Amino acid sequence: MKAELTLQPAEAMGAEPSASFWKDAWHRLWKNKLAIFGLAVIAIMSLLCFAEPLLCRYVIGYSYEQQNLALGPAPPSRAHWLGTDALGRDLLARLLYGGRISLMVGLCATAVSLTIGVIYGAIAGFAGDKLDMVMMRTVDILYALPFTIFVILLMVFFGQNLVLLFVAIGAIEWLTMARIVRGQVMSLKHQEFVEAARALGLRHGRILFRHIVPNMLGPIIVYATLTVPEVMLLEAFLSFLGLGVQPPQSSWGVLIKEGAEMMEVYPWLLIYPALLLALTLFCLNFLGDGLRDALDVRGSKD
Amino acid sequence: MLRFIARRVLETIPVLLIIATATFFMMRLAPGGPFDTEKQVSKEVRARMEAHYGLDKPLFEQYLLQMKHLLQGDLGPSFKYPKRTVNEIIADAFPVSLELGCEALAVALALGLLAGMVASLKQNSFWDHFPMSLAMLGLCVPTFVMGPLLISAFALHLDWFNAAGWFFPRDRVLPALTLGAYYAAYIARLARGGFLDILHQDFIRTAQAKGASGARILLRHAMRGGLLPVVSFLGPAIAGLLTGSFVVETIFGIPGLGRFFVTAAFNRDYFMVMGSVLFYAVFVIVLNLAADIALVWLNPRLRFE
Amino acid sequence: MPLLTVNGLQTSFHTRAGVVRAVRDVSFEIERGESLGIVGESGSGKSVTCYSIMGLLPQPPARIEGGQAIFDGVDLLALSRRQLNQVRGRRLAMIFQDPMTSLNPFLRVEDQLTEPLLIHEKISRADARRRALAMLEEVGIPDAAHRIRMYPHEFSGGMRQRVMIAMALITKPDLLIADEPTTALDVTVQAQILELIKKMRGELGMAVLLISHDLGVVCGFCDRVIVLYAGRVMESAATEELFYQTKHPYTRALQKSIPALQVKGQPLHTIAGMPPDLHHAPPGCPFAPRCEYVVESCSRQEMAAVEVLPGHRSACLRVQQENLPL
Repeated sequence: MKAELTLQPAEAMGAEPSASFWKDAWHRLWKNKLAIFGLAVIAIMSLLCFAEPLLCRYVIGYSYEQQNLALGPAPPSRAHWLGTDALGRDLLARLLYGGRISLMVGLCATAVSLTIGVIYGAIAGFAGDKLDMVMMRTVDILYALPFTIFVILLMVFFGQNLVLLFVAIGAIEWLTMARIVRGQVMSLKHQEFVEAARALGLRHGRILFRHIVPNMLGPIIVYATLTVPEVMLLEAFLSFLGLGVQPPQSSWGVLIKEGAEMMEVYPWLLIYPALLLALTLFCLNFLGDGLRDALDVRGSKD
Repeated sequence: MLRFIARRVLETIPVLLIIATATFFMMRLAPGGPFDTEKQVSKEVRARMEAHYGLDKPLFEQYLLQMKHLLQGDLGPSFKYPKRTVNEIIADAFPVSLELGCEALAVALALGLLAGMVASLKQNSFWDHFPMSLAMLGLCVPTFVMGPLLISAFALHLDWFNAAGWFFPRDRVLPALTLGAYYAAYIARLARGGFLDILHQDFIRTAQAKGASGARILLRHAMRGGLLPVVSFLGPAIAGLLTGSFVVETIFGIPGLGRFFVTAAFNRDYFMVMGSVLFYAVFVIVLNLAADIALVWLNPRLRFE
Repeated sequence: MPLLTVNGLQTSFHTRAGVVRAVRDVSFEIERGESLGIVGESGSGKSVTCYSIMGLLPQPPARIEGGQAIFDGVDLLALSRRQLNQVRGRRLAMIFQDPMTSLNPFLRVEDQLTEPLLIHEKISRADARRRALAMLEEVGIPDAAHRIRMYPHEFSGGMRQRVMIAMALITKPDLLIADEPTTALDVTVQAQILELIKKMRGELGMAVLLISHDLGVVCGFCDRVIVLYAGRVMESAATEELFYQTKHPYTRALQKSIPALQVKGQPLHTIAGMPPDLHHAPPGCPFAPRCEYVVESCSRQEMAAVEVLPGHRSACLRVQQENLPL
């Protein structure tokens, strides 16, 4: 009896059902309870912060700039749930408002660094050869320099407007993104599945969008998620030096600075903003780690 | 190897030139000047002060003059401290910052490597999750929060250390810890990742088949590969320690270069700013070169590029 | 007494997706100086068997569920880590499939070669270096004195495998386990490596356990052969007998699939179906679903390999009971 050569679909022979890459990734992420917790916390926090005007009006009863000089700094009470600062302003309201600014800085600056990094890295990766070499050497040199010094100078000299802040901070972080994108593009360019796609006669556009880009998105998402906390830390750092967000606007960094100055007598002024910032960073980092595991990415950062 | 170093040194020159130029023009083009905040002085007095420092000449001429001075190693006078030159101030303040930086780096490496290696050996156990969670915390608590917290706990409440100052050896502890904490956390995660990566490789299995003990495998076979990500990180770490020192020096009242730099920037103390920036740049570049040399020494595959 | 006796070895992997029973009751012996080949397709358990013997499996997720591996009177599976380390690398050596990843890229060849000597013998560094150099020349590396200070990535694939062999044999072990030593190499280099192992075996009088998925390789090298499938021994015999007096349908099917033996123009012979999923192994003979001689009772009982001819064992129920002609 001769055995016949038949091709059966894999499922019929008992192999697992196929799932798309993103569904798989989401599934893996969902199993990572810590990352989901982080995601939930960030989501809730963002919601609260961006609903700040409404909350202040209808729930808390005070706005972030409403002063009460007679009261001065006061510990948490029924009237002011988290206490008040030196000018009698409600801390909770200020935290929500500051959170809005901090989160916005985080997102926008990350967006800036993402844009610059992706464009730069993609060009370097696609071009290859000399252009790539020059571009990456520049990145190497810049990577070593303390960019922060220039940002400090920029902020000192050219005034403190928020947009400049976004751009300046974004300009510090784009380097690693450029490296990651370039690395991805280079390795994907030469991978066998791209050659296979070409051998099947697929057009360039199709190859690019259905094959290369999905493989690039993973590390980019992971790195972007991990950049946001770095950026927020940077913003807080600049605010601490007096260079970041300026009054009457506020951010968690400014609040921490104000709190640190009066830490011994009015500890809650330092504790609550520091706690919120640390919690946000914590959650973003766990989310980023979880995304990295889910998307099975080996970033250059950790 | 020598060619590698020579190439790097050559690359540095245009970089420094660009930095100096960028700094120069950034400062001059910014609104405000060094004497704006002086007490009400008359226009003539101000004009005379500016002429004294050559600030009335056309911009480009000032630029060339500055470059000439720099090449001679003359960093100029300080506006804020008229009796001292920038060279002198840097010579006094820099060793302080250097000491702080080295101690912080030592803390970061010691704590970070230890935690990371232990975590990689006992993967997924308590000795992995606990140090790594602490590390995560270290990454999320900014230096300027860590500082006041440590001061509050150890200096004010327990009275083990002074809250500020840089006089006794004891005074080094809290600032070094504050500055080093973030990097200890980062290094711990990098070391864990690096060692885990290595420990799963085939050649570790070969070493086991040879009958090598656990200690031997860790120290001889895994160490170089495991340290790679940490050494790669040293470059940006040094840059970061530098900028972090600004904050720490402010909090702990340490007379380091960082504090002078930030104040100078605020005061538009041109020469001080230029001097500090260039000094930092050179310092960082040299240290990065050292880190890269270490990297090449660790990874033989890089030696043949 | 045989040099190595493996009795009823059972190794499983406890993964989140379930338990994979990779090795289910494998037994064999190797005499001193003998060469034994273990043949099987991917997933048959041949590598896991050897890693179990050498203690190279990480014990979660792997677990040796049962059996013994008695090497010169001592059960390797019962030894502590430290005791095992005294045997491994000295009397029992192993070379691996991919020499690029199996050599440490961060250390010079000299350091890796001298290591077994420094671990197991009381010898000075200088002496160890001398022996390493001699060994390197012995395995045929040209310009050895210069090459010994190099790093693995500076060698070609074939030369790296020679280095591995030198490293394994430098302590003159009694048994060399070779896990697919030629799979990652070009065909011409494959022959050279096998010749080298044969030569060293002759000089040292050691036994060799050669693992391969390639029947041809095993045929040219080994005195005896074991055929594994889905973690069980299907057949074991002296090499010639295995080929000319095959006593198991699986072995027969493997032989038939060798393209060189087919008549030109005829369709290639394949074995229908796929190897069983080791998560949920069906009862009975694991080859039953694909066997052309299958009968109902094949899927009911698990058969152990029993002697059907002197020195020739088979696990086929029909061979054992009816002496099925193959």
